[in-house]
Amino acid sequence: MIERHIRSIDDLGRSGIEEILTLSDHFHEVSTRRIPKVPALRGKTIALLFYEDSTRTRLSFETASKRLSADSLNFSIGSSSVKKGESLRDTVETISAMGVDAIVVRHGSAGVPWLLPRWTDAAVINAGDGSHEHPTQALLDCYTIRNKLGELDGKRITIVGDIRHSRVARSNVKAFLSLGASVTLVAPKTLMPFNTDDWGVETTDQFDSVIGDSDVLYMLRMQLERQQKSFVPSLREYAKEYGLSNSRAQSMKPESLIMHPGPMNRGVEVSSNIKEHPNSVVNDQVANGVIIRMSALYYLLGAGNVTKLEGFSDE
Amino acid sequence: MADSESTSTPLNRGVFHARSEIMNADGVRRALWRMSHEILEQNRGLSGLVLVGLEVGGVHLARKLAENLLEIEDQSVPVGTLDVAFYRDDIGIRQVTPSSPTDMPFDLTSRIVVLVDDVLFTGRTIRAAMDAIVDFGRPAAIQLAVMIDRGHRELPIRPDYVGKNVPTRKDELVDVTENGVLLGVIEEEKP
Repeated sequence: MIERHIRSIDDLGRSGIEEILTLSDHFHEVSTRRIPKVPALRGKTIALLFYEDSTRTRLSFETASKRLSADSLNFSIGSSSVKKGESLRDTVETISAMGVDAIVVRHGSAGVPWLLPRWTDAAVINAGDGSHEHPTQALLDCYTIRNKLGELDGKRITIVGDIRHSRVARSNVKAFLSLGASVTLVAPKTLMPFNTDDWGVETTDQFDSVIGDSDVLYMLRMQLERQQKSFVPSLREYAKEYGLSNSRAQSMKPESLIMHPGPMNRGVEVSSNIKEHPNSVVNDQVANGVIIRMSALYYLLGAGNVTKLEGFSDE
Repeated sequence: MADSESTSTPLNRGVFHARSEIMNADGVRRALWRMSHEILEQNRGLSGLVLVGLEVGGVHLARKLAENLLEIEDQSVPVGTLDVAFYRDDIGIRQVTPSSPTDMPFDLTSRIVVLVDDVLFTGRTIRAAMDAIVDFGRPAAIQLAVMIDRGHRELPIRPDYVGKNVPTRKDELVDVTENGVLLGVIEEEKP
């Protein structure tokens, strides 16, 4: 059996990303059907192990599992033995003993998805580990951009906001770069990570200077829950300098996209009605979330695990 | 080259070596005309008929049959395409990679669906296709048209319209194009 995981965009590389985007064209067609369901992963079990809150990621993985005819086990920390002090390792080994084929994990600590293969044979999908990575978000963003603007090669993508605490930014930078786009990060110096020199990106703290050149404005959520210190003087001042207001949106190129991974702090990183802006593809991102997660699960459990069977005949 | 069948069988990586020509371009063309007439005769016209080509090899045959039927009856037949990858019974056993997305822009309820494929072998693709078809509605009937029936069935499936019956060895490969039908083997590529 080939060991395959999606813990980071690095696990996929350009060819893996492209394979998943191609699969997504198929699953997009499936989701338009009268019965939007295929029997591809019948008999497989997928555990959703969420140590942090989530709406769209958990729901879209659950919907994706159902549309592939897989069974899903839902594990949320509030109603589990974690409350009684069970360790991550014991929890994973317990789930694993029930016979699961894939574990989708979200955890507040970076690196947790790399620990799991020590304790389980299941394929691991990272649904967000601390401020580290969130690869399926990056995949659905690539898919959304590709569908709206064509191939990412040569596109200029600007990511704005709380880069420092953002796992979305880290995964997206890797994915966008490996598909040939160029990336500019915009943030106040306090919210810019220290090590961006080896990321292969441009950085600036002047949002207005890059709006007109961007094919995509990717607005990040202010991660108020991860900010132990005050990184900005006030949210009002942040919104004034780095928020996407309606007047800033007017200086965008007419075909450029506005994206946001959700959930939005309306009035902070984006003005309250920006989701309804004609260039906003925020709702497409959510719809593509289910499709991309079908592709990710099929990539790991369907197309991937090649075991040769002697005397097997093809048609 | 065996692009139609070899791309749909990823385990058979290698080079296709043709051993013999079973049909030439004229043979394929004549078989398609005969099958078009048989479809018309069997169904007493084109009322409610839909052609569904299976990716990859059945799609161009389905389009060709539709062209013929238009010329004979002066009536166009809807053509859909179907990729059965997600319905196969060997997912997880081998690499099952879909080719082109399914295109079925119509409801199949109460239609007569003619599945079209290039080669009928074990019958497993057709089993998968029938499962897929019923997700698009409840057809009045499903029929099967293939250019080559090469035997070795593993399921109780038989074709309604056949271009040619060809006895084969199990390890051989049949390649169907508009230019003819070749019988050969896949040989592993020397590294």
